[in-house]
Amino acid sequence: MKAVSARNPDVSLSAKTGKSNFWKVAFRNRYLYAMSLPFVVWVFVFSYYPLWGWLIAFQRWKPGKSIWEQKWAGLDQFKTLFRDDMFYQVMRNTLAMSVMGLVATFTVPILFAVLLNEIRNMFFKRAVQTISYLPHFVSWAVATSIITRMLAGENGVVNDFLMWLGILHEPIQWMGKEHLFWGIVTVSDAWKETGWNAIIYLAAMAGIGPELYEAAKVDGASRLRQIWHITLPGIRSTVIVLMILSIGHLISIGFEKQFLLGNNLVRDYSQVLDLYSLQYGLQMSRYSFGTAINIFNSVVSVILLFAANGLFKRIAKESIM
Amino acid sequence: MARRRMTKGVPWSDRLLDTVIAIAMIGVAIVTLYPFLNVLALSFNDSTDSVRGGITVFPREFTLKNYSIIFSFDGLVTGFKISVLRTVVGTILGLISASMLAYTLARPDFQGRKFVSTYLAVTMYVSAGLIPFYLLIKDLHMMNTFAVYVLPGLVSAFNVFVIRSFIDGIPYALQESAKIDGASDFAIYWRVVLPMATPALATIALFLAVGQWNSWFDTFLYNGSSDHLTTLQYELTKVLLSTTSGNNGDYRNTNITQVLATVSPESVKMAITIVVTVPILLVYPFLQRYFVRGLTLGAVKG
Repeated sequence: MKAVSARNPDVSLSAKTGKSNFWKVAFRNRYLYAMSLPFVVWVFVFSYYPLWGWLIAFQRWKPGKSIWEQKWAGLDQFKTLFRDDMFYQVMRNTLAMSVMGLVATFTVPILFAVLLNEIRNMFFKRAVQTISYLPHFVSWAVATSIITRMLAGENGVVNDFLMWLGILHEPIQWMGKEHLFWGIVTVSDAWKETGWNAIIYLAAMAGIGPELYEAAKVDGASRLRQIWHITLPGIRSTVIVLMILSIGHLISIGFEKQFLLGNNLVRDYSQVLDLYSLQYGLQMSRYSFGTAINIFNSVVSVILLFAANGLFKRIAKESIM
Repeated sequence: MARRRMTKGVPWSDRLLDTVIAIAMIGVAIVTLYPFLNVLALSFNDSTDSVRGGITVFPREFTLKNYSIIFSFDGLVTGFKISVLRTVVGTILGLISASMLAYTLARPDFQGRKFVSTYLAVTMYVSAGLIPFYLLIKDLHMMNTFAVYVLPGLVSAFNVFVIRSFIDGIPYALQESAKIDGASDFAIYWRVVLPMATPALATIALFLAVGQWNSWFDTFLYNGSSDHLTTLQYELTKVLLSTTSGNNGDYRNTNITQVLATVSPESVKMAITIVVTVPILLVYPFLQRYFVRGLTLGAVKG
């Protein structure tokens, strides 16, 4: 064990300051190497090695052959992708749901956190908060089951409620209207994640010094002014960091919601990038084509992350890198 | 004195604000909770009676029939066992890997520290994507095995960083004094660091357990054809997708959907939803104080 861990130094630290010294430290670190190297190898196999598979996007992949025996196809798969009308529809859906989701996640949880922060009755505050992150812990399968029940055309709560209010005269088939799909996904997401996303803002608000509020009170600032001039600036840097991270994930919005909430009636509006690669790549055995979609997704995400980081660095002097 | 004067003359606008906020918060609580209560009531209500509508939070004609129907499916019983098993195994393995890596990364005298943390951080932003990963699993002969639930996601960079930043907050002198007493690095990890990092470990355990319990896509993708490896969530998605008009996959030939065609699917669906949800409802209120702390830690450093 000792010999193995000492023979695999990943770092060429202090290469110049003397090799013997390096090996000595490596030997002293032997337990630490033994505790981390197996997992480093693990991560290599499951996170780095699959990147190798990106090569098949430049091939015409056929099953049963190794990656070297495949026919090379240059950029053909990408050309097919960018010429596919479906691709543009999928991009439209992905970006639309993503931007709507982004707006929702940066308004609803902040508003919720601000309001919750104003409550002085600790028991009430705690109870509301505990309830609010309940839906975060259920799977999208459970959430879908609940949401489709609530939105059902027959005996659905939403229809019943709107009819009781007199807004609707007859029930709507919510899940079957394609134009409503983006909105349903966004609202469902807000229902599920608002309480959870608010945790971090509430923590940031707890870190604001009470003397700021005291001073504002003495100056005669109303509660609303205190929120505007103290609470919101107090969470500014948290908001920006989270925003950079979510812009990086703008096009990789996942597909669970769309997969489970969608159906054939709303297909034109529910298909997103990952689903496209699943259904038109994997399930049709067009592995090369599907991989081209995956590469497009990863590359655009990284570019977006760097762009967002650079942009915020400039305008807000905040960054994550 | 000054404070007293302030509270005495609370302006009407502040009192109005308090009322508006209280009403809004009660509204949020109702919107969040009511759907769960409604589904719970429906799952205990007679299915032919439910069709009449008007069930709110109490069942009108109480019955346990919906539950007895679903537990007569083999798929659901197997699914329950596999779900519990993957949750337990996945959580334990995930905790061991994340805490060991976090410990080594928190040791200032570890040579590989910088390299390993960058190496892990990269995996948070770059991923090969669905198909290369699918082909990897296939090449490793992990299709239709239990291992595919717990092994590929064993190491999560995010979890490592959360625990690492917690360990960074523990005084390093404790580790040093153990070292002087002759403890090996592994003994320090096991006897000094782990017991002190319990809050972070509890948070990560919760994240891991919820993630394992809730996932269905790996079953769908890799183990869809092995009935003995099905999970509860996957059974629920099968029911969901079979009741919506001809959805994304082909779920027609599975026994649970056949039986559903003979009874009222809606009530049975509600009962399955409750069975899948209850274990989570039982644990999360107790772990609350941990995950709030863990989440903020992760956000600061991660």
